[in-house]
Order: sequence, then C-alpha cells, then structure tokens
Amino acid sequence: MRKLLLDKVDVEGIKSYDVYRREGGYRSVEKALKMSPDEILEEVKTSGLRGRGGAGFPTGLKWSFLAKPEGVPRYLLCNADESEPGTFKDRYLMEKIPHLLIEGMIASSFALGANSSYIYIRGEYMFAMKIVENAIAEAYANGWLGKNIQGSGYDLDLTITCGAGAYICGEETALIESLEGNRGNPRIKPPFPAVEGLWQRPSVVNNVETIAAVVPIINDGGEEYAKIGVGRSTGTKLISASGNIVNPGVYEIDMNMTVEEFIYSDKFLGGIKNGKKLKACVPGGSSVPILPHYLVTKTAKGEDRLMSYEGLADGGFATGSMLGSGGFIVYDEDQCIVRNTYNFTRFYQHESCGQCSPCREGTGWMKKVLHNIETGKGTMDDIDLLWDIQKNIEGNTICPLGDAAAWPVAAAIRHFREEFEWHVKNPELSQTQNYGLVAEKTFEVEPA
Amino acid sequence: MSAEATKNITFPKELLDEVARLTAQYPEGKQKSALLRILHMAQAHFGWLDAPVMDYVARLLHLQPIEVYEVATFYSMYDTKKPGLVKLEVCQTGPCSIEGADKIIRYIEKKLNIKVGETTSDGIFTLKGVECLGACGYAPMLQCGHQYHEHLTEAKVDELIEQYRKNPKANYMEY
Repeated sequence: MRKLLLDKVDVEGIKSYDVYRREGGYRSVEKALKMSPDEILEEVKTSGLRGRGGAGFPTGLKWSFLAKPEGVPRYLLCNADESEPGTFKDRYLMEKIPHLLIEGMIASSFALGANSSYIYIRGEYMFAMKIVENAIAEAYANGWLGKNIQGSGYDLDLTITCGAGAYICGEETALIESLEGNRGNPRIKPPFPAVEGLWQRPSVVNNVETIAAVVPIINDGGEEYAKIGVGRSTGTKLISASGNIVNPGVYEIDMNMTVEEFIYSDKFLGGIKNGKKLKACVPGGSSVPILPHYLVTKTAKGEDRLMSYEGLADGGFATGSMLGSGGFIVYDEDQCIVRNTYNFTRFYQHESCGQCSPCREGTGWMKKVLHNIETGKGTMDDIDLLWDIQKNIEGNTICPLGDAAAWPVAAAIRHFREEFEWHVKNPELSQTQNYGLVAEKTFEVEPA
Repeated sequence: MSAEATKNITFPKELLDEVARLTAQYPEGKQKSALLRILHMAQAHFGWLDAPVMDYVARLLHLQPIEVYEVATFYSMYDTKKPGLVKLEVCQTGPCSIEGADKIIRYIEKKLNIKVGETTSDGIFTLKGVECLGACGYAPMLQCGHQYHEHLTEAKVDELIEQYRKNPKANYMEY
C-alpha cells in the first residue's frame, strides 16, 4: 500500500523546510492557489474524507456548512488537542513531519477563505509545539505564510497556541472557548461553530490528520484518494496501537485491511506479547465500546472484521464498536476488565468539565461503584446500578463527553458481565487473581 | 504576601517581549486568547501560580483577577498550590496502566518515601498521577518539565531521579 501521510517520515531531515520542499512539499499549496475555493471543496467532497478526530463526519460537508457573511473574518482551527486515551498519532505526525500539517493548513485555509488560522495543541505536547512553531517560522521565511503567498494575492497568518491539560478541549466548542482564553466549557449547539465559532465568527475545526489528508487529496485529486480504502472509509487512516502487543506504535493503514491481519501480521502489531492470548480490544480510543476476543477479528455474523469505520461498527453497539480516533488498545488474557473500566471511568470523572449534572455526578458515582467492585466490596445490585447510571448519562449532556464516559461502562457490562459477577462472588480471590480468559461458558455450570 | 514581595513579581524584559509577541497574534481586543500560554510562562518563571502571580498576569492582559483564577483552576497543568521543584507526573490511564504504570508509581513512592500527590521533605520532588499524555505506545511513561520519559523501568527511574536531583531544571524548555 502507498502511504499518503507517513511516506516521507523516515527521510533524514524531513522536519526541516529545505528537505521537505525538496521531497515535493508544498506542491498542494501551489496547485490550490491556482484553483478556486469551490474546486478544492469539490475535490475534498469527492475524496470522501471523514473527520479523523473520532466522529468521522464528512470533511467536505463540514466545510460546506461554513457561513460566509460579507466582511466577517472566518477561521480554520486545527484540533491538535489529542487526548483520547490510546491515541498518539497526531503527536507522531507533528513531531515527525510538521510541514505536512502546515501545508494542509494553508491549502485548507485558502479553500475556506480564512486569512487567520490557529493550531490548538495540548499543553503537554510542548515539545511538539516547539517543532511546529519552528516549521511555521520556516514557512513564513519562505513565503508560504504571511502576505501575498507565492505572489497569489492570498494572505494567511498561522498561529499555534496551547491548552493546559484538559481532555474536554478536544471537543470543538470547548476548544474554541479555550482558544478565547476561557475555561474549556463546551457550548450549547446550535449555533454551530460553522456559524458562530471563534469570537462568534464562522469557524471550521478539523483534526490534525484530517488537515494533513487534504495535501494528498489536492495533489492526486479526490477521485484517486477515494480509490484507497473500502466503501465510505476512503483513504488511509493513522492508527495508534498500544497495549499487550509486540509492536506498539503509529501505523498508516488502508482501511480495507482485516483486523486479523493488523493484529497478527509482523508488518503491523506482530501479535500478542509474550505468547499470550487476546482477551479484548478497544479499537478506537477509550470511549468506544470494548470488544471481547470473539468479536475482535470476526463480526457477529462470522465475517472477517475490517479496520474501517463500517467494519469496526458492524453489529452496532450490541456486537460492534467504532473506529473513533484510531486508538487501538489490545488486552491480553491477564488483564482485568473491571479494573480497566474503573481506570477509564476515573479518567472521565477527572476530565468532566462539570457543567452538566449527569456527567459531573454520574461519572463520580460510576467511579465509586466500580472501585467497590474492583476492591471486593461490590454487590450484584451494583452491576445493575452501573448500567442504570450510564444509561442516564448517555445523551443527556451538552457535549459527547457524557457518552464517552457511558459507552465503555455499558460495553464492559454487556460483554463481560460474568467477570463483574465473579468479582462480587469472589471478593478475596479477585484481589489476588484476575478472571483471565475463564470465559462465559464456565458460568453455565456455576451454582445459582 | 507583603507589598515588598508583590513588587518583585515581574517578568524580565525578554519575557515581556514574548508577551507582546503572543498577544499581537490575536485581533484587537481578543488578547485574552494568549492567557493560557502566558500562564505557562508565569508558572515556569515563578515556580507556581499563587494569587500575586495570577494578579500580575491579569494586569498584563488587562483582565479582572477572577478571569485568571477561574482559568488557572480549570486546567490540570497549572499549579495553584506550591509543588516541589521537580514534578514527576506518571501517566496512569488505560494503556499505561496495563503496561505497568502502577508498579512505577509504587516504586517511586517507595524510593522517595512519599505518596502520590505529596512532595519530599527537602522540597525537591512532587509525585503526581496524571491522565493520558498521548504516549500509549511507549508505556509506561512520565512527564517531567517539558520532557517525556518513555518505556520506563525501575533502573530508568533511578537514573532520572539522580539526574533531576542534580539539576532540577534539566530538560526545561523556554516558552
């Protein structure tokens, strides 16, 4: 497979402008500046590119919603707040090949008619911010940013700014609030950012990888881009792989690949570490439903599961999950699902901004209940209580953090209820041993 | 804090120039957008964000002090309580957890004789458990200053603690 984003990452010195340019960098800007913004929009629509931050919303459609009132500035905002547990691809891209993001920002800003654009990067990624900041300075020095870019008459200022440790700022309206110098409390939508975004002006918020993907789309054309992948999962996708695997890291894949090949091929994850067996997988970042081993590589219908938006979602939440941000976390047979669910719930409780009661209170309750079960103090009723709390969070909050907190709990109970029950029934044993792969079957013979 | 001490809270010229550069990146009247970054600068320069420091930042940006307090207390990277000179922030979320973050935390606790959230009696080290830092494939990891230390082992932790004990500001980046 031809890589579109990471094909040059191993070229020595690719972080520098000179090498990046020599390798064909900034061609998409040269091409874009000769096109009309509408022509670029059409290419992006044709490409079928979908938002790479997690939601998978078609990028061309999102761009087409941008309001363009006369005389009002509009903005392209790059979401580099990557914070979803399991996800580290944007950091990789910015550290390894920062000019690709800048090139994408220039071409995309031109298409949207933005003359000021901002990259919002999470505060902990200070090292990556420095790299991108240097690359921005090089781009200014070489006439790709600033006034009259390459003699085209188009002006663009690009600024990088940072957060300070708040997962919620990856939500687009919270990101805008934070960019305005406020607490990262998500806004009620509508109005959508496309109409009232940064400083109440029309804004588009796109993920780092999404913006980088605009470069090959302009270079090769949307139609070529759409030939890669499968169905509505066009192009390539960056996957951050972590957990109990032989080769963790960032991979650029064709979404037409099977999960089986991705996990077990030596070219990718290389299988489960230390010869252990696969127990479960969270395929798209901590918020997506966890899949038990028998639903990871096969769908409920017994077909090979694909690493695509549709493939990972096959079966809905009953037997599927989501591609999400591409944070692919693999669990071996020694891992405890209750402990992992507690861990994720603690994360969401910590990151809840506190605006909406179901999320603020619910995440805390779930954390306490899960902690009880994990430490051998839980009851059978607690499992039903957990189910009830997550149900009452989902869909009842301003932003999707509530859903993100509810889904992992729901999926863990849906697929691993026996393991929760085992913890309740074996309060002492569960403190020294994990349930492992004991599996659902043993429970048929368990006395009532 | 005494009036005398408050008077000494001021950025040196190069940082004031940086404040001017950062605020100029935003349209007229939208200078509050630079607040988060300037708070990072203030924390790096003054050690932590106590009220006089936040008041100083408020004056720099022509904001009400409360506008700075509410931001400083929202984001987890800002210290509104005095930490040790060196903050060891161990990621404890999901992938780091299954790759042994808890063992690393217990090891540091034992080694420094403090619990998570505490500071050593000599005021050098503060140990914190933090949420996902985006290094899941390189777990377990900790952040110190602006540096990520990945693929941690007990031996690597020993080395780091030695290094930071000698030079608490090792690996700090300029804003």
